[in-house]
Amino acid sequence: MPRVAFTPQLRRFIEAPEIESAALTLREALDDAFAANPTLRGYVLDDQGHLRANVVVFVDGRRSTDRVHLADPLRGDSRVYVLQALSGG
Amino acid sequence: MADIDDRAWVATRKGLFELRRKAEGGWHVARVSFLAEPVSMVLPPGDDGRMLAALHLGHYGAKVHASDDAGETWREVATPVYPEQPPAAEGPAWKLEQVWALERRGATVWAGTLPGGLFRSADFGASWQLVEPLWHMPQRLEWFGGGADVPGIHSVCPYPGRDGEVLVGVSCGGAWATTDDAAHWQSRAAGMRAAYMPPEQAENPNTQDPHRIVRCAGAPDVLWCQHHNGIWRSADNASSWQEVTTAPVSNFGFAVAVHPRDPGTAWFVPAISDEKRVPVGAALVVNRTRDGGRTFETFRDGLPQTHCYDLVYRHGLDVAAGGTSLMMGSTSGGLWSSADGGAAWQALPARLPPIYAVRFG
Repeated sequence: MPRVAFTPQLRRFIEAPEIESAALTLREALDDAFAANPTLRGYVLDDQGHLRANVVVFVDGRRSTDRVHLADPLRGDSRVYVLQALSGG
Repeated sequence: MADIDDRAWVATRKGLFELRRKAEGGWHVARVSFLAEPVSMVLPPGDDGRMLAALHLGHYGAKVHASDDAGETWREVATPVYPEQPPAAEGPAWKLEQVWALERRGATVWAGTLPGGLFRSADFGASWQLVEPLWHMPQRLEWFGGGADVPGIHSVCPYPGRDGEVLVGVSCGGAWATTDDAAHWQSRAAGMRAAYMPPEQAENPNTQDPHRIVRCAGAPDVLWCQHHNGIWRSADNASSWQEVTTAPVSNFGFAVAVHPRDPGTAWFVPAISDEKRVPVGAALVVNRTRDGGRTFETFRDGLPQTHCYDLVYRHGLDVAAGGTSLMMGSTSGGLWSSADGGAAWQALPARLPPIYAVRFG
């Protein structure tokens, strides 16, 4: 199943352990993570559910560019990394 | 609990600093919370010890933390969240950028934000509700950014003793007030003048940039405003504003504090001008009026008078409830206190991060 890992930088605010998800898209996988950890949603997504401007997501080594719909398809063995963008902070 | 005049809170780019007055005079840093995190605003504790801090995390957005023990321990509470933005909605994105103001009146906590929404909480931050009547006013779409890319509410002035009456200051959108607990809002910036607008728009109340508005607690019909291009005062609960043109050194600045009981006494920290946001002559001064703006005194004692480039931002100056202790902090991290109504100042022997807000309590 796809796995989603979050930057350890988040640990100073909130626990964000890696999760496994049967999701078929990035959005669904993130929703699975938020279902178990509702506070995490506001750290990754903004009020409108878009990826925060200074958060970056890599799916299987490629940077996700759809920051609104997060519709990137996931494979059964996909690896998703949610990281802080170096532009921000 | 500490006497409220003997404790102060300094919200900075890299943490929240609790200061305590020393027995021999001056202040010391008693505690640092949120070290290295940007703290955009703090709400000092009330008698119950409850307080709030708003973080402005560079990557992860604005967050609100609450303490039940006057800053000893903190926990994250709800963040104000804008509702889903309709596709056709005009104006700035419905996304919280920063909590710019926190005020408490009775059981209600108000949060002024960028991009211009006012939120309220009846449970001390466990949940927030957007004040929809203000957000949905068509006039809001005329607001524009002042000091930020989007408009923001930086001043929230409840009317003491009148439940449901609140005035807010908006950069840039003038001042707005409600008398029916936020159901309806009226513009309250008549008399202000915007030198940065085309002549035909200069007196439009909705284009004004009040950098900061404060209300005299003991005479709440009196409000003072440090505006983008001058100083204004109202003695009729903001129904009209009169420009005060007598301030020496400069009438440009961001901060204003008003005496808690004497509505004629107010303090300002001038800078050169819009395009040169540094002290005049590289010398930091404080202006004080005690007669409603007819005359001013300029104080320099204890403040750096050579090669000083500190700017005191809109929330960087406060007066304690007693009316004689003042404190101000700069965007360069300088912090000075006065125990005699602003005549003489003493620097805190520390190099603080850039200071966003200073509050007694």
